[in-house]
Amino acid sequence: MGDFLQQLVGYFNPYYLQIIVNIGIGIILALGLNVVTGLTGQLSLGHAAFMSIGAFTSALLTIKLGMPFSVNLILTGFITAGVAALIGLPILRLTGDYLAICTLGFAEIVKVVFLNLDITNRALGLTVPAANTTIPMPVVVWVVVLLTIICVTFIHNSRFGRALMAVRGDEIAAEAMGINVTLYKVQSFAIGAFIAGVGGGLYAHFMSYINPSDFGFLKSVDILSMIVLGGLGSITGSVIGAGILSAAPEFLRFMANYRMLVYGGLLVCMMIFRPNGLMGRISFADLVLRTLGRKPHLKTIMEQKIMESSRPGNGDT
Amino acid sequence: MFFQQLINGIALGSTYALIALGYTMVYGIITLINFAHGEIYMVGAFVGLFATAVLKVNFFIAMLIAMLVCVLLGVFIERIAYRPLRKSSRLSALISAIGVSIFLSTLAQMLFGANAKGYPEGVFPVKQITIGSAEISTLQLLIIAISAILMIALEFIVHKTKIGKAMRATSEDYNTAALMGINVNMVISFTFALGSALAAAGGVLVGLLFNAVSFNMGLMAGLKAFAAAVLGGIGSIPGAMLGGLLLGVTEVAGVAIGFSSYRDAIAFAILVLVLLVKPTGLLGRKIQKKV
Repeated sequence: MGDFLQQLVGYFNPYYLQIIVNIGIGIILALGLNVVTGLTGQLSLGHAAFMSIGAFTSALLTIKLGMPFSVNLILTGFITAGVAALIGLPILRLTGDYLAICTLGFAEIVKVVFLNLDITNRALGLTVPAANTTIPMPVVVWVVVLLTIICVTFIHNSRFGRALMAVRGDEIAAEAMGINVTLYKVQSFAIGAFIAGVGGGLYAHFMSYINPSDFGFLKSVDILSMIVLGGLGSITGSVIGAGILSAAPEFLRFMANYRMLVYGGLLVCMMIFRPNGLMGRISFADLVLRTLGRKPHLKTIMEQKIMESSRPGNGDT
Repeated sequence: MFFQQLINGIALGSTYALIALGYTMVYGIITLINFAHGEIYMVGAFVGLFATAVLKVNFFIAMLIAMLVCVLLGVFIERIAYRPLRKSSRLSALISAIGVSIFLSTLAQMLFGANAKGYPEGVFPVKQITIGSAEISTLQLLIIAISAILMIALEFIVHKTKIGKAMRATSEDYNTAALMGINVNMVISFTFALGSALAAAGGVLVGLLFNAVSFNMGLMAGLKAFAAAVLGGIGSIPGAMLGGLLLGVTEVAGVAIGFSSYRDAIAFAILVLVLLVKPTGLLGRKIQKKV
């Protein structure tokens, strides 16, 4: 099985494979943040910190223990989620922008601590050996992408997901309905971190070199841009947004030095012309129903109504 | 030693405070975290450098030029990148601000190169004054003095002028202020102008203090200033001043007692700890929720 896949992957141009893997990892990270920010409505500006924790944990598990990659990734996810739960318990009591700056601060602290620890090789960064598996990385990454999409879809449509959406809509009302707001927030934070940790582990083994500075504020912003561009709370949107923004630097490569200039301008223009993201809260299934002339799900309509009423400037904000 | 470090901390902290004021004023009025603000500070430092090195003007005139250029830049950014998004979700405006920030820092890198540049020699004659055991440079005193003057001027504008009254009204309630005949767009532009001017002054002063101006100086300074604004209670002008000074002093103290490699984490650690005890910052208003 492993040999066959290796051969199959060998037919592809390595450069395109790299782009495809980058897109896959982008999608995983975006889906993780989408649970926290899109579904539960908690703005996090430090998602890259969990990616960083995952990347270093996973790399160290391979280096020190030589663990099989599948066990490694799962363990990494749980460790990252554990850290997130510990951090989340105190800071998720904060609301709105105070929470955002706290997550940002946490990410900076993680970065600086990793830059000063011996086990993470300080500012030199870690060279990561090949993953302990025969299956080629691109296949692993995309299998994880599919698993993540399936899990996140289940979360969206479950009792748990509806509770998270209730928290997003109105915390007080949710609490009055018997939802333990803090518990659900911490759980969604941990799930987001789990996914980010796995994404980080994949990133570490794919890039084979990681440095704490790679997971700074700009990385967090990258991930956030993906889900806002795609449309907050929409799984399809997250996938599309992550796809576009992960591939954009490659497609803009011909502009050489102007690349980041255009990227910055692109973010502004996209927000101005599609302020609610490319997909808004429309899911792929609804899109198909719409083109067939049927009405979208009632749930979607309700969500759009909630979304509109919660914008600042309308109502009593 | 203690006195020396205190002065160092206050000098650094007052520059944080100058930047933090821009964050807090903009947030107070349109609840936008203006992530491009750090880049305006960077542009201010570059304009000051250009004015002293190429135009060979006096330091104070260079600072005025930098403030003027940044006022125009700040108002322009608000006009093209934030105003179209005022009615849409706040996250969209946030991403737009981040886009502007990436754009400006890349532009600066292309125009001025990736290396840090210093101000020309003798722009401001630096002398060391010895008070007791402490050695204080005239530059530090200048920074503290200019920051103090600017902050007093700001307090005057906000509390004693008509436009200041309009600003306070708008930050109290955007819609009602508009109904009362306040030209809200003008007030917002004015707020951006004020904030950008202060950031530019901060940029020139920091450029002189560390004698290094680079395209990426805006990112960390901006994040720390934002932390300072939140620490003081975002939206509160005295809060931003207090937060900036507090962060500057603790950062210098942390470096002095041997945490120099953790320098960038100190500010954020203080922030997280304070927020856990006081969730809306030191001088922030309590968030009241109507059910």
